[in-house]
Amino acid sequence: MSSPHLAMASSVSVIMGKVMLALIPAIAAYVYVFGPAILATLALASLTALVSEAIMLKLRGVPVQPFLMDGSALVTGWLLALSVPPLAPWWLVVIGTAFAIMVAKQLYGGLGNNIFNPAMVGYAVLIVSFPVPMTQWLAPETLAAQHLDLGQQLAYMLLGSLPEGIRLDALTMASPLDTLKSQLQLQHTVREALALPIFGSVGGKGTELVAAAYLAGGAYLLQQRVITWHVPAAFLGGLVAISALFYGADADRYAAPWFHLASGASLIGAFFILTDPVTGPTTPKGKLLFGAGAGLLTYLIRAFGGYPDGVAFACLLMNLCVPLIDMYTQPPVFGKKGG
Amino acid sequence: MRKLHRFHGGVHPPDRKAESTRLPIARAPLPRRLVVPLHQHLGHGAKPLVQAGDRVLKGQMIGRAEGYVSAAIHAPTSGTVRALEMHPVPHPSGLSDLCVMLEPDGEERWVERGPLDYANLDPQALRLKLRDAGVVGLGGAAFPSYVKLSPGARQRLSTLVINGAECEPYITCDDMLMRERADEIVQGVRLIRLMLHAEEVLIGIEDNKPEAIAALRNAVKRGTLRMDVVPVPTVYPGGGERQLIKVLTGAEVPSGKRPVDIGMACFNVHTAYTVHRAVAFGEPVVSRVVTVAGNVLAPRNYEVPLGMRVADLAALASPLADTSGYLMGGPMMGFELPSADIPVVKASNCIIAKSQALFPAPPPAMPCIRCGRCAQACPAQLQPMDLFWFARARNFGKAQEYSLFDCIECGCCSFVCPSHIPLVQYYRFAKGEIWAKERERKAADLARSRHEFRQLRIERDKQERLEKLARKTAAARSHAAPAPAMQEAAANPADDPRKAAIEAAIERARTQKATITPRNVDNLTPEKQAEIARIEERRKKIREMARDRIEP
Amino acid sequence: MLTAVFVMAGLALAIGAVLGFAAIRFRVEGHPLVEKIDAILPQTQCGQCGFPGCKPYAQAIAEGNAEINQCPPGGEENIHKLADLLGAEFKPLNAAHGVPKPRSVAVIDEELCIGCTLCTQACPVDAILGAAKQMHTVIAAECTGCELCLAPCPVDCIHMLPVGESIGSWKWKYPVFPLTRAA
Repeated sequence: MSSPHLAMASSVSVIMGKVMLALIPAIAAYVYVFGPAILATLALASLTALVSEAIMLKLRGVPVQPFLMDGSALVTGWLLALSVPPLAPWWLVVIGTAFAIMVAKQLYGGLGNNIFNPAMVGYAVLIVSFPVPMTQWLAPETLAAQHLDLGQQLAYMLLGSLPEGIRLDALTMASPLDTLKSQLQLQHTVREALALPIFGSVGGKGTELVAAAYLAGGAYLLQQRVITWHVPAAFLGGLVAISALFYGADADRYAAPWFHLASGASLIGAFFILTDPVTGPTTPKGKLLFGAGAGLLTYLIRAFGGYPDGVAFACLLMNLCVPLIDMYTQPPVFGKKGG
Repeated sequence: MRKLHRFHGGVHPPDRKAESTRLPIARAPLPRRLVVPLHQHLGHGAKPLVQAGDRVLKGQMIGRAEGYVSAAIHAPTSGTVRALEMHPVPHPSGLSDLCVMLEPDGEERWVERGPLDYANLDPQALRLKLRDAGVVGLGGAAFPSYVKLSPGARQRLSTLVINGAECEPYITCDDMLMRERADEIVQGVRLIRLMLHAEEVLIGIEDNKPEAIAALRNAVKRGTLRMDVVPVPTVYPGGGERQLIKVLTGAEVPSGKRPVDIGMACFNVHTAYTVHRAVAFGEPVVSRVVTVAGNVLAPRNYEVPLGMRVADLAALASPLADTSGYLMGGPMMGFELPSADIPVVKASNCIIAKSQALFPAPPPAMPCIRCGRCAQACPAQLQPMDLFWFARARNFGKAQEYSLFDCIECGCCSFVCPSHIPLVQYYRFAKGEIWAKERERKAADLARSRHEFRQLRIERDKQERLEKLARKTAAARSHAAPAPAMQEAAANPADDPRKAAIEAAIERARTQKATITPRNVDNLTPEKQAEIARIEERRKKIREMARDRIEP
Repeated sequence: MLTAVFVMAGLALAIGAVLGFAAIRFRVEGHPLVEKIDAILPQTQCGQCGFPGCKPYAQAIAEGNAEINQCPPGGEENIHKLADLLGAEFKPLNAAHGVPKPRSVAVIDEELCIGCTLCTQACPVDAILGAAKQMHTVIAAECTGCELCLAPCPVDCIHMLPVGESIGSWKWKYPVFPLTRAA
């Protein structure tokens, strides 16, 4: 054995465990805002992730146990579960998670070898293939005309059946970003749109609480040095910079920077998705470039694209550029400055 | 207060130094036998000067420095040379090298020695004295010091850095030496400064060694020369030459260059101590202070005669029952010894007894998740994960492009790796392969040029022979009388009258050749004689073949 | 229709002219092919390929008179390199020319040597030292291990000694990485 003979007690599973721990506040906020359905979604996604991972590992002839225990599949499952609408039919979660793990992760060679963020690939597949259920967001409990308890939510998820007299339309509504987009298409100003009950003080009602919880989780990850500040700062900075530019130019047609920060997947993206080390750059400068690029793309898709939110596609597009970014942002080596 | 700089990365492994600093340095008792390798330094090994059976005195040169980068080897004590043979030496390979097996007589009789009159010695002569005293860098690399003691073309250096950082866990030999022998170290530093004409002397000591800092500060005060004893932050690998220079001066030694290229030099405190001993007492390097730590009952520093076997040394500190092996050097950069039957050499600063509890086997390696911790920890500012990819794929060209050879193998990357990948081993593997390729290429180039030269020579000889022949023929034709027979004319078919004479000469030579028998054929066994007969048979055949070729 | 033909023809002419000019004006004077092939060959000069040395073999490859898989000392690695250089298909080593052996050097048994100089004449790199009726010896550092000296020796006093691992030539091994064995 070569030196060193000492090692820190860190491991891949510890890192993944910390990421999951950092997601707990957001899950709590979800439960508070949308009811307990998210827990069932999470459980389903976890199960699907583990089963698909195990099947693929077995098929690839790789030892199953250590890779199943590393927690990376669980993180992918959780991130996907937090990306789909809180009250999603079971097959939506299963298809998304299985595709993420089997195709986006394992077919590329498993842990450490995938080019694209698996959870975002799963999300992209779902939103392209099943746009309707993917845009039916459960209304926050404070806004919804009717409520479902856990049993009723489960029944809908698993069987697609709703209690007598309750229609899906009464439970769901478009997400805040989606609402803004359609309002703007109706020639309303941003100010008029934001007066709608779905919007809260900075972002969507309820969802801004979830966003705050992601921020808290992100702070924990930063403090634990699981992630570095570069990607979140560059991503949020890039998003704020370009949205401020448009907001400054025409505040009636473009939402304010703080709205963009607090809406959609901005914060989960900044701290949990774009910071995925496997599919992101490794150099500090590269991380800044990657984050800023993702921020820019996210805004462009939100403001001018066909989808209400752009984090997933921005992430995948930037994933494509990672090898190039890494190649051109190699930091100077000790003793080679200026040379 | 001096403004300190910092180097990128570094790690904070638990230092485990307290255990071995409780007791003062003890002199290790002479073991029953010493194994003194002749190659204890970087560069060329020493050429043996003794044979089995020779009696040697303590400090007597038993191996002479060979080549520019080399140093002498001395008998660590008086006694008898039992053998000169291959014995496992401290090296990660566990392979053997030429060693002098010395049986001490217990009398410790010194060879004649005395102080060097360094003030009246020419600097080059003084350097050679140090080479012949076997002074090498005792920090771990064992680079012959006299090579570094030349200020080069600059004539004077700006800064002399003395390395007392000792950043690796467990190791405390420099710490204890500084505490107990600070005056001698300062004397040695003075000599080094004198030889290098350095303007400024900085002694860097990590701030986890307050006693050593205080001791050296006092010693500097007692001395006449201004030196700065600078506490530096405790970060591994703060004791790396390049890292320490960066911390103390802010200067980065350029990649592929040496400190002397930017007007600096760096010497370890223990080296300074041996310089002093060599100059003030004429004592060559025959012992060094070694930390014995880890899974032992009584961790301590010992002054150890070079060549003492690890088994004998470790026994002094009473290894615990569950000791599973020994490391030589620190846990970050040292290597595991294949057995305890391996001698302590000049580069051995520490012996660590291993146990499952202290050094658990690393968990199986997982794939790299590109988390970048290694890059954050790398003091050479490399991208270890990229180097790992290239080394793993045997893409050595790309690895070199990504500055593989700037890696100092400090182990920080492996230390922090959450996937427990043996990164350093990958880099060592890649470096080894590149060096091997380079050697192969050089050998091929040599073979090519030698082959081409041979072709050229054969061609030239043929040409010359033809010309000579042509001249002779012309000369023979112009003279009426036939020239006396000459051997060289044997091949001349044009001259009919001389042919008979030549044939006769060849025949004479042939019979003469046939009568010659090889020497050393008296008193031979029948088998030998049979063999010779066989050989003679073959020779006859060859001669026939040769004759056929000569006379077509 | 006619315009299109003229435009295309004109374009073809113009671009052809530019390319032709560039080919002459910016011509890169590289190593001739033989040199490049020779640089890959191991320079053992052993003749196992059927040519009297590495250069003639390189020449033959360049002229298309020899296959790239006739060099046992170079092994598969060199065949791959040659295939890359020549844009040819990789072929496994032709066993008719021999099999790769571990690197060895010739050693002369000095007890038996009769000083016939036949081996010095056979050595392609002049790595054998010795004059007539004097004992010969091999300069190990310069021996390529070609084995050409074995056959001429009338007393069979030369044998090949594999070059073992020494501290100087020892290399760190490729780390064992059990989990990614199949990955």
